[in-house]
Amino acid sequence: MGRIKGLKCRECGRLYPLEPIHVCEYCFGPLEVDYDYDEIKRIISREKIERGPLSLWRYKDLLPVERGEDSSPGIGFTPLLRAYNLGRELGLKELYLKNDSVNPTFSFKDRVVAVAIAKAKELGFDTLACASTGNLASAVAAAGAKAGMKTYVFLPDDVEAGKIVNAAIYGPNLVMVHGTYDELNRLCSEIADRYHWAFVNVNVRPYYAEGSKSLAFEVVEQLGWRAPDHVVVPVGSGSLLTKIGKGLNEMVKVGLIEEANTRISGAQPTGCAPVANAFAAKTLNIRPVKKPDTVAKSLAIGNPADGYYALKTVGGTGGGFEAVTDDEVVEGIKLLAKTEGIFTEAAGGVTVGVLKKLVEEGKITPDECVVAYITGNGLKTQEAVTERVKTPFFVEPHLTSFEDSVIFNRTATPISS
Amino acid sequence: MAITVKIPTPLRNLTGGAKDVTAEGTNIGDLIDDLEKRHPGIKDRICDETGEVRRFVNIYVGGEDIRFLDGLTTAVSDGGDVSIVPAVAGG
Repeated sequence: MGRIKGLKCRECGRLYPLEPIHVCEYCFGPLEVDYDYDEIKRIISREKIERGPLSLWRYKDLLPVERGEDSSPGIGFTPLLRAYNLGRELGLKELYLKNDSVNPTFSFKDRVVAVAIAKAKELGFDTLACASTGNLASAVAAAGAKAGMKTYVFLPDDVEAGKIVNAAIYGPNLVMVHGTYDELNRLCSEIADRYHWAFVNVNVRPYYAEGSKSLAFEVVEQLGWRAPDHVVVPVGSGSLLTKIGKGLNEMVKVGLIEEANTRISGAQPTGCAPVANAFAAKTLNIRPVKKPDTVAKSLAIGNPADGYYALKTVGGTGGGFEAVTDDEVVEGIKLLAKTEGIFTEAAGGVTVGVLKKLVEEGKITPDECVVAYITGNGLKTQEAVTERVKTPFFVEPHLTSFEDSVIFNRTATPISS
Repeated sequence: MAITVKIPTPLRNLTGGAKDVTAEGTNIGDLIDDLEKRHPGIKDRICDETGEVRRFVNIYVGGEDIRFLDGLTTAVSDGGDVSIVPAVAGG
């Protein structure tokens, strides 16, 4: 038997074959890939990983595909940066940023799509599709373009302009839906039932979601095969956070590290914080947010599919959840840019804002080794900060005009085109 | 005390294909027991071995999830509508 055994219901444990299915037909629980960890432990080693490609495929032994490198080079193995300046600002001695905004389409979604498209090809699909809040659409459109597959991507009609262009450029069938992400997601589940497409986050979701584990694997390797004390993760559907927790556990299970006592904390915007709200209310029952209202549109998922598992993951590690306002999100984006020279999207502002809050509340202590996940690029959500950045100087093309305005600040800055 | 219960597609093989069925009870727990008498096997699909509603099954009374009402003891009244809806996966 190989290292991948099949699919298994997370709730009732019923077993299913490796097919494009995602829901247990008995109890409606989500299906998850079931591995033979003894077999993986036998074939995996630090040395083998270190000799592997400089992408997420160096961890292929822990991903649910047979091949992958050919279809998606250059994805993952992004920099883990020591953030001295931001750490000093926040009072943290050992802070790192996992900068996943430098993937090919500028968000972590390239990872999950890399796994989804590899699996979609194995399963014989010729069309790739997704329900997206923004970033996933460009990842699917780009991967599909490279693989020569037809693509259908669905976005809510209020998404940022940059996210539309970043998807449209690859030539997908781009569908803008008048409604919230949750309404769009419901539509996509109906479309997925009717058409034989690989919907990355519907019928091939069990495989797709596994790609996020690589964000845990890489951090551990980049820290010198050591699990951090605390990680802060943005939460939309809750899948990323859940899979980071799973990835850390798997590394222990297959013998890559001895232990992982990482506290995992989740970050949400107050305008759409169903998981953080449930955590604060000490319940595992998540009340959906009907009309999300937040500048962090990529996290505007009112009915998070993995919210329950995200709560359990955080609870099991001793981490926490926090939510930040739109103002705090913008301040978070600006703080990261000013201290570390990284321009992140609104979801990254949520992460930085929540990191700051957790430190202020004493939930992260100064000596901990902390990693904040920066999952998307700021150029995609410029609307969030356009009116909040320092205004430029406008000068005539003469030295005196320049010096008067910029150096001596003698003249009011005239607004000219 | 006839109450109309909306049945989702995956459970209609237990209701002879019917998407609306009637059942009786004064609260959701009783209603599910009565559904089981009329459509044997349906309770195990809705509730786990402890009798609680399964995590990825939602039951709505008057449009509100019973998890935010009184759970299985949520009252239902004659002529009322109850919906059983599996959680939308994905996203």
